[in-house]
Amino acid sequence: MMSAPGTSEKEIWPLWEVFVRASRGISHTHVGSLHAPDASLAVRNARDLYTRRGEGVSVWVVPADAITTSDPDAKGAFFESPAGKNYRHASYYSKSEGVKHL
Amino acid sequence: MTTPAEPYALPTEASVEVSAEEHQFNELIAADSRIEPRDWMPEGYRKTLVRQISQHAHSEIIGMQPEANWITRAPSLKRKAILMAKVQDEAGHGLYLYSAAQTLGTTRDEMTDALIAGKARYSSIFNYPSPTWADMGAIGWLVDGAAICNQVPLCRASYGPYGRAMVRICKEESFHQRQGFEILLELMNGTPAQREMAQDAVNRWYWPALQMFGPPDNDSPNSAQSMAWNIKRFSNDELRQRFVGMCVPQAEVLGVTLPDPDLRYNEETKEYDMGEIDWTEFHEVLAGRGPANARRLQRRREAHEDGAWVREAAAAYARKQAVRSKAVA
Repeated sequence: MMSAPGTSEKEIWPLWEVFVRASRGISHTHVGSLHAPDASLAVRNARDLYTRRGEGVSVWVVPADAITTSDPDAKGAFFESPAGKNYRHASYYSKSEGVKHL
Repeated sequence: MTTPAEPYALPTEASVEVSAEEHQFNELIAADSRIEPRDWMPEGYRKTLVRQISQHAHSEIIGMQPEANWITRAPSLKRKAILMAKVQDEAGHGLYLYSAAQTLGTTRDEMTDALIAGKARYSSIFNYPSPTWADMGAIGWLVDGAAICNQVPLCRASYGPYGRAMVRICKEESFHQRQGFEILLELMNGTPAQREMAQDAVNRWYWPALQMFGPPDNDSPNSAQSMAWNIKRFSNDELRQRFVGMCVPQAEVLGVTLPDPDLRYNEETKEYDMGEIDWTEFHEVLAGRGPANARRLQRRREAHEDGAWVREAAAAYARKQAVRSKAVA
């Protein structure tokens, strides 16, 4: 398992990943990263860096090294399960074609 | 007529060893898809991107200086607020780009160290001084205009984080160009002295802006590889030509003259023929011998060194708070 790309112990301020909710009703979306000494300054920096033009109504910051990602080298095998299971999609079922509200 | 080259001169697919990961990389590039941080990538691709993105980031950071020069002397409170917003944007653009480069395994601290040690490059344009208020107009119109021309195709760069950073940047740059145009237009509608000031700024920034697109195609050895990797989408000369084509009608609206006596529309090519660019000047400035190189770098170094105690104090405070909150818990 790996953390988000770019973190380094060598840096004086750690890296934070930033997520912004663009407006009410929408999930927070990853917008990028920044450096900050602690969580409260990371939130302020995120406001200044990623919402200078009203791009958000809420921000999340997460220490980059706290994020666990799937192993990129095993992505084929890791995401194999849905392959060949197209019966999980509505479009698999064709007999109901022409029937309304279905 | 020469006879076409024999096909056996080309390596056949079987003769070149391609690993499974490299094959996947090639497929993604061929499909014009995106490469993401943890994907396998050729060392050359990674190096090219780190160099290009960090140079781009440094350019944004150094690019704050010629304009910051006028913040305290802006002609009105409105102009001052606009200029501060613009310089703040440049800082933001630098940070988006350092973030993108950092996903390739280089830290921002390392990139900053390389810059202040004089080991990294940045756009030659920021090594010119900005002696008059009209320079704020010419920089916005010509320098940001050229930057937009270069950057719009980079929104489709094959490296995901770079393309995404460029999308944000391009959205913000158009404000920069328009505000520069407006400064020049107001000066051109002003007194004879103001008109002269605007024309003088255009005279000084026009050629350096054309040089921002980089050396001519026949002298740009890395371009072909960058285009093959879908990092670059158009050649230096193509982008320069496009920029000139946009500048000419805009200059007419402003009423300024572009300082190129050989500039004329070519009915055959439907493009503007332009005069010879002084590439000696370009290489001199790039080699560190431009009018403001030393000053720009020294200013950046001082800002970094003067801020060291703040960075250290904030880090020490954060460590202390972390220990305390653990003790409470």
